[in-house]
Amino acid sequence: MRRSLGLIVSRDVVPGRTLALGTTIALATLAVLMPLAVVVLVATTADWRTLGPELISPRMTAAFRLTFGASLAAALLDVVCGTYIAWVLVRRRFTGIALLDALVDVPLAIPTAVAGIALATLYGAHGWAGAFLEAHGLHVAYTPLGIGIALAFVGLPFAVRAVAPVLAALPKEYEEAAKSLGANQAITFARVVLPQLVPAILAGFALALARGLGEYGSVLFISGNLPLRTEIAPLLIMAKLEEYDYQGAAAIATVLLLSSFSLLLAIAALQRRLTARSVRA
Amino acid sequence: MIVEVSRPATATAGMAPATARTAPANALPALPAFAFVAVLVGLPLATVFYEAFRSGLAAAASVFSEPYAQSAIVLTLEVAATTVTVNTLFGVLAAWTIAKYRFPGKAWLIAAIDLPLTVSPVVAGLAILLTFGPHAPLGAWFIAHGVHVVFAFPGIVLATIFVTFPYVARTYTTYLLEQGRELEEAALSLGASVWQTLRKVTLPSSRWALLTGVLLCNARAMGEFGAVSVVSGRIRGLTDTVPLHVEILYNEDAFVGAFALSAALATLTMAFSALRTVAERRGQSEGAAPKNP
Repeated sequence: MRRSLGLIVSRDVVPGRTLALGTTIALATLAVLMPLAVVVLVATTADWRTLGPELISPRMTAAFRLTFGASLAAALLDVVCGTYIAWVLVRRRFTGIALLDALVDVPLAIPTAVAGIALATLYGAHGWAGAFLEAHGLHVAYTPLGIGIALAFVGLPFAVRAVAPVLAALPKEYEEAAKSLGANQAITFARVVLPQLVPAILAGFALALARGLGEYGSVLFISGNLPLRTEIAPLLIMAKLEEYDYQGAAAIATVLLLSSFSLLLAIAALQRRLTARSVRA
Repeated sequence: MIVEVSRPATATAGMAPATARTAPANALPALPAFAFVAVLVGLPLATVFYEAFRSGLAAAASVFSEPYAQSAIVLTLEVAATTVTVNTLFGVLAAWTIAKYRFPGKAWLIAAIDLPLTVSPVVAGLAILLTFGPHAPLGAWFIAHGVHVVFAFPGIVLATIFVTFPYVARTYTTYLLEQGRELEEAALSLGASVWQTLRKVTLPSSRWALLTGVLLCNARAMGEFGAVSVVSGRIRGLTDTVPLHVEILYNEDAFVGAFALSAALATLTMAFSALRTVAERRGQSEGAAPKNP
């Protein structure tokens, strides 16, 4: 009775729907959708007889392989360590946890260019980490490993912040029950906690991956931008722009947009299936 | 039997070693997490401040007396202020629309607003360049009317708006959806107009959630690099923002200047990020605030 009344009231009482919805759609179109559509439009006007072979040239395929490979590896490292960090943040109470909590947000808070020059200096031949690692024969700056570290840096907050609230909302009783039945901490985490976190972990993975696929500022300085070796896809777009080849830049951007979207949509679909299954269970 | 099971020591007696339970402090299992975050995040952060101050305070401070650095700081503040104003107005409108009205395709609208989160900043900048640049019909129209969009202030603002578009809208929509619309319905049924309801009912009760999004948007707007570097044209003293000037100084091997400017900018954006956490906690203690902004 009350519910049906509420529905009638809500449909009638709040006026201004057409104006509010119309303005929202118009602004979103103007600021985001139209510019993106223009990129795709400009790409279609390109001369594909010369552009087609260029898109599958070794330089392009190497850049895309590196972009996707490094992003996937970094996102994977982020969710493995991020899930564990989230568990520490939610389940452990001691002084110093506030510092960990604050540090996790730093990559989101500091500008990417700042992170970029800091990482390049830190892992450079004279940096604290670079000098140590190079003495042990490990080169980070100007290698794919350096790009992976930069992407793991920017993606970490997404992995932690996607998992922590879900973990905090899990009833502690499940873990206590598992413990009282004799499971140790590791088994409790693997068999009781982890399965319930899978959708959240996938969400964090998708966010970290999305960030990594498009990342520019934090990678620019540490990568060295060597074609075929350490050049990522957003840098290819920059190279095209420096030659005033707008259609080529738009074509690469379209390929990057479409490939990122399809990968992220696949993860979203997988996440929905797993969520539906855990709700049914 | 029952008593035995409820006693942890007895329950685990014959099972796996109970090292975790008997660990002296809560802190021990947290140590690897600390080590990982300290290396991955703490070291780069420490590098910024170490490199800025390694030649002393005076050397670090001298960059702020350079005219180009000063104009970059002014430009960044202007861009951030404009961007935050536009995105806050849009965020309130979008959140109000999504939370208070019923309409088909709501999920599509939310997805469209979130789109910039999955777009590379370089692609975002390219999109603004191709739409409003001199070769595009729209850009040509603006130039014919004396307005230069790309390689000028409006282009930098449009690129920054694109990149930070979802931040206010996303946080605020989540909050308003959780709140439902009973309060607004009550106000409207008592004779308030939509504008009065928004101003006197919705906004005051949700001010912390709104502030959370605004502070996040501001921190991102001040630090935007990729999108701005495509549309700015990097004219020193004119279209050079602080992050772009950091790149210029670094590439000129002016490391102390680059890191001093970086340290100042990072301190500012981290302060806004910390304030955001404060606003979020404040909102949670005053009522149900978004748990996952």
